[in-house]
Amino acid sequence: MQNKWKVIAERFGQMLITLWIIATILFFIFRLMPGNPLVAYIDPTFTEEQQQALMQQFGLDKPLHVQYFVFLKNLVQGELGDSFFFRDSVTNVIAKVLPNTLYLMIFALIIAYTIGILGGILLAWHRGEKIETLGIILTLFTRAAPQFWVGMILLAVFSFQFNIFPSGGASAAGQVFNSEFDKLTSISFYYHLFLPALTLSIYLLGLPLLLMRSNMLDIMNEAYVDMAKMRGLGKFRVMFKYAARNAFLPVVTAMAVGVGYAMGGNVIIETVFSWPGLGRLLVKAVSTSDYPLAQGAFILIAAVMVFMNFMADIIYSLLDPRVTLESRR
Amino acid sequence: MKRIIINTFKNINTFLKNDKFAMVGVMIYIFFTLIAIFAPVIAPYDPHEMHREGAKFMFNQPPSQKFWLGTTNMGRDLFSQLVYGARPALMVGFSAAFFVVIVGTLVGLIAGYYRGKVDSILMRITDIAFGIPFTPFVIVLVGFLGPSIWNIVVAMALLLWRDTARVIRAQVLTVRERSFIEGARVSGASDLRIIFIYIAPNILPLSFLYGSLAVGWAILTEAAVSFLGFGDPQIISWGYMLNDAYVSQALSRGAYYWFVPPGICIMLVVMAGFYIGRGSEEILHPRLKKY
Repeated sequence: MQNKWKVIAERFGQMLITLWIIATILFFIFRLMPGNPLVAYIDPTFTEEQQQALMQQFGLDKPLHVQYFVFLKNLVQGELGDSFFFRDSVTNVIAKVLPNTLYLMIFALIIAYTIGILGGILLAWHRGEKIETLGIILTLFTRAAPQFWVGMILLAVFSFQFNIFPSGGASAAGQVFNSEFDKLTSISFYYHLFLPALTLSIYLLGLPLLLMRSNMLDIMNEAYVDMAKMRGLGKFRVMFKYAARNAFLPVVTAMAVGVGYAMGGNVIIETVFSWPGLGRLLVKAVSTSDYPLAQGAFILIAAVMVFMNFMADIIYSLLDPRVTLESRR
Repeated sequence: MKRIIINTFKNINTFLKNDKFAMVGVMIYIFFTLIAIFAPVIAPYDPHEMHREGAKFMFNQPPSQKFWLGTTNMGRDLFSQLVYGARPALMVGFSAAFFVVIVGTLVGLIAGYYRGKVDSILMRITDIAFGIPFTPFVIVLVGFLGPSIWNIVVAMALLLWRDTARVIRAQVLTVRERSFIEGARVSGASDLRIIFIYIAPNILPLSFLYGSLAVGWAILTEAAVSFLGFGDPQIISWGYMLNDAYVSQALSRGAYYWFVPPGICIMLVVMAGFYIGRGSEEILHPRLKKY
C-alpha cells in the first residue's frame, strides 16, 4: 500500500510535468505566430508611441525568456491576463461560461454512459445474431458522422421543422438567471440543454458501448460464468449478476477519459447550438485573434484532459488490484 | 526493400480477402478516389459559378433536373460542389494519414526495439501528445497560422501519430522476442537491418490499418475546422458546404438537400476507414474472432 502511494505521487508529478510542457508549447505557439499578437487590439489610427505603450502594458517589449517566466509565474497563480475582446480578465470571462460547459458535459455523459452500458450488455446478450451486427453498424454510424452535422440535422428537424426545441443559446431571449441555482431549477434551461446534450451524447456513446460489449464477451469466457450457467441460473441473472458487474469497472474508468473527449467535442457542438460555454469561447477567441483568451481556454481544456487521464490510471489501479501502476506502462 | 514491399502487400491482400467489412471499406475509398480524380468530368458545372436564367439568379433552387441537388443561396450548383468536395477530403485524409503512419511507425519501432531509456523518453512524449486536446489544438494552430488545407494537415500530423506509436510499440515488443529475430541477431544483422527488414514487415499491416483510421479522423477534423470557418475559403470542401449552409440559414428554411448530402459523404468515407480498422481489432485480439 505504501508503495502504491509513492507511485501515485510519482504519477502526479508526471502529470504536472506534462501540463508544464503543454503550457510551454502553447506559449511558443502564441508568441512565434506570424504577425503582431496585438493586431486585433491595435487600431490603425494608433500612433507609434501608443503602440509601444500597449506593447509595454502586455509585457511584449521584453525578451522572450523574460516573457516566458512571467507567463509561468502568472499561470501558477491562476492569472491568465486580460481578454482583448471582452476587456475583462480571462479568468472572469472563463468563470462565467464554465458552468454551462460542465452542465452540458455532465448531462451528456450520464445519457451516453447509461445507454452505452445497457446497449453493450444487450449486444453481448445477442452475440452472433442479426441484432448485434445491426447494433455495431449503428454505433459505427454515430462515430463516423460529424458531430456538428448531427447537431445541424437535429436542429433542422426538432427546432425549425417541428418547433419542439429552441434553436440555440442557454435561455430564452431576454431571460436572465440570477444565480446558477435559478438556472438549474428553470425548465427553460433544460429545454435549451436537450438538443446539445443529445448531440454530445451521441458522439460519446460509442466508447462505453463497444467497451462494455467486448468486456462482457471476455468475461463470459471465464470459468465462473460457465459455473453459474451450469448451476442452471437464468440467462438474465448470469448476464447481470455475474458478467455485467465485472465488465462494468473498466467502463467507469473509461468515463474519466470520456470527460476529456467531451471537453474537446464541446468545441464544435457548442458552436452549432450557440451554447455559451468554454468551447464556443475558444472558437470565438481564435477567430477574433484574442490570444490571451484562446490561451486561457486551451490551457483549461488541456488541464482537464491531462487530469482525467491521470484519474483514469489511478481509478483503474484502485478498482482492480491485479493491475499495478508500474505494469501498465 | 523489395522484400518489405512484397511481404506487406501479401499480408494486406490475405487480410482483405478474409474480411468482408474491410473489402467494403476499400470499395468506398476507390469510389470516392475515382470521383475526386474525375471531378471535372462528373460535375455538370463549375462549383463557383452563380447560375442565372435570363436576368434572374437561381437562388435556393430545390433539386431539379437541371440542378440535381438544388442550388445555394448564391445560386451555385450543389451537386458540383459535392463532387469537387471529394478532392480536399481525400487530399487531407490521405496526406495526414501518410504522416501519421510514418511518424507513428518510426516512433513505435524505435521505442519497442531499443526499449530502456529511448523507450521511456519516446513514450513520455507520446503521453504528452495524448494530453493535448485534439480539436482545440487544430483550431488554435490553424486559426493563427492562417486558413489553409496544409495547415490543417500539419496540425493533425503533429498529434495523431500518438495512437499508432503506442500500438506499434506494443506489437514490436512481442515480435522482437520471436525466434527468427533471435536468428537474425545471431547471424550478425545490424539493428537497423533487424528493425526494417525483419520486424517492419510484421507490423506494417497494423500501421496501414491505423493509417486508415487516421484518414477518417483527418476528414472529420477538416470538416469540423472548415465548419467553424477556419478552412480555406478558396477550396470547396464538404465542411465548407456545411458551414455555408449553416450561416446561410439553410436549416431554418428546411433546405435538407443542401446540408444532408455532404454529411453523408463524410460519414461514408470515415466509415470506410473504420471498416478497414475493424479488421485490425481481430488481428490484435484473435480471441474476438470467435464471436
